[in-house]
Amino acid sequence: MRENLNIFTKVQVAAPDYPGVPIGDAEYQRVGGIYHSTFMGRFGDAQIGPIYLGATGIASIITFFVAFFIMGMNMAASVDWSPIEFMKNFFWLTLDPPPAKYGLSFPPLWDGGWFLIAGFFLTASIMLWWWRTFKISQNLGMSNYLAWAFGSAIWLYLVLGFFRPILMGSWSEAVPYGIFSHLDWTQNFSLRYGNLFYNPFHMLSIAFLYGSAVLFAMHGATILATSRYGADREIDQITDRGTGAERGALFWRWCMGFNASVESIHRWAWWFAVLTVITGGIGILLTGTAVDNWYLWALERGMVP
Amino acid sequence: MSMLSFEKKYRVKGGTIIGGDLFDFWVGPFYVGFFGVTTAVCAILGTALIFYGAAQGDTWNVWRISIEPPALSYGLSLAPMNEGGLWQWITVFACGAFGSWIMRQVEISRKLGMGLHVPFAFSFAVFAYVSLVVIRPWLLGAWGHGFPYGIMSHLNWVSYIGYQYAAFHYNPAHMIAVTFFFTTCLALAMHGSLILMATDPRRGENVKTGEHENSFFRDNIGYSIGALGIHRLGMFTAISAAFWSAICMLISGPLWSESWPSWWNWWLELPIWS
Repeated sequence: MRENLNIFTKVQVAAPDYPGVPIGDAEYQRVGGIYHSTFMGRFGDAQIGPIYLGATGIASIITFFVAFFIMGMNMAASVDWSPIEFMKNFFWLTLDPPPAKYGLSFPPLWDGGWFLIAGFFLTASIMLWWWRTFKISQNLGMSNYLAWAFGSAIWLYLVLGFFRPILMGSWSEAVPYGIFSHLDWTQNFSLRYGNLFYNPFHMLSIAFLYGSAVLFAMHGATILATSRYGADREIDQITDRGTGAERGALFWRWCMGFNASVESIHRWAWWFAVLTVITGGIGILLTGTAVDNWYLWALERGMVP
Repeated sequence: MSMLSFEKKYRVKGGTIIGGDLFDFWVGPFYVGFFGVTTAVCAILGTALIFYGAAQGDTWNVWRISIEPPALSYGLSLAPMNEGGLWQWITVFACGAFGSWIMRQVEISRKLGMGLHVPFAFSFAVFAYVSLVVIRPWLLGAWGHGFPYGIMSHLNWVSYIGYQYAAFHYNPAHMIAVTFFFTTCLALAMHGSLILMATDPRRGENVKTGEHENSFFRDNIGYSIGALGIHRLGMFTAISAAFWSAICMLISGPLWSESWPSWWNWWLELPIWS
């Protein structure tokens, strides 16, 4: 039994460099060398690189570092540029949004202006990266499932830092950039609106988040447990079902009376993950805009005594 | 009826752990086995007790039904049925049902010639549950530290426990658990997307290959973990999420009973800068 657990790859083939499926007349070509790491090969694929950057990839990396630099410089300024204080207070450092008095206007740089500029560059970076995911699947003739899944995460991000602050009429509603400060924001947000646990969209988001973990545990374990029958070759199992897929399906049918197919489990997976952030974004967007107190909301509907 | 077209040849005897051939049969799509019987007994009794407890309560509103654990004053002893005894017996049957379910998965894995990855992974979820209602209450010395069985009441419990430690987000194990949950969700989205992008490709294109899968992620982030690796990664992050969730609760109370934000004082007091 032990040798069939397939937790690590014990025997590695020293494969030649694989530059990737030709992308023909795409605007840009792939960059970076190709490396092989025996260590990575124990867990997954040994080959590292190349990467397709293109104009949007390079612009995305630059804008990300601009945002990162602005956040870091503001944090450094907050401890008087002392490296030792920076490390000591690292988890507590924060770049906060402007105070509420500025509304949606542009505040002085030191009073939230840098926060807005950092947010602009971070958003630009994310949107450029999003564009890249469409471009890369187009180059390869693949469809856009990943791009749209990423889009749903961007929805939650924009609700938190853009749509909801606009609806509330103030940039002060945005989430601060900082380790403990964003945790404090989360807790205060919940307290201010009567406990987010009573928000039905928060409930749904949590259910999909936990469901995602359950699904990936079930799916990952099923594939590993049947990998000796070639179940990890999922495209082959979808187009020409083999005994690996049959055993994996029967396992769940015999266990819980229902089974997915190799294709449909990935649709379950996609929807669970995507709905986590879609429902989460709806829940945040409604908070403070449509509903002021989720506890009272639940009370009025008889959900709590 | 309930058999898939290819199912018959897999329905063979053998692989059982207890009971030999006695329970080696199927009911509809379900495999039974010895542990199927114990699962059914525990699940039926536990569910019946939940309904009985709901009937003793003052509401049939599904949001408000709640089976409360005993008062802290009962400590680790058995409580009268309507004062937490029901909760204790439901917990016993829940543990019995979940444990039986693990063993059922072992038997089915053996029957199908599969590895034991699924029961191994599921046991982490059971561990998280047992941590909350058995291990932590036991360490704290009273069954009353378990969470109530009810939709809104268990949310209230989570909220209440969180504020007991001022800000639960500062619990380092909670941070790790949340990070694993988010990472699992991200990896699941990426894996599900990739398989669908290859097998349900752009209009007019043929189904893609494993080379396309690798090329997509190398093009995107410079590394593709591969078809086998993603399932190792996904299973690892998923069971880690459950494991660290259990740990973050087990240390809250038994190991640390002050506010979690103040736990971080050790960082401020490191000899490098203090």
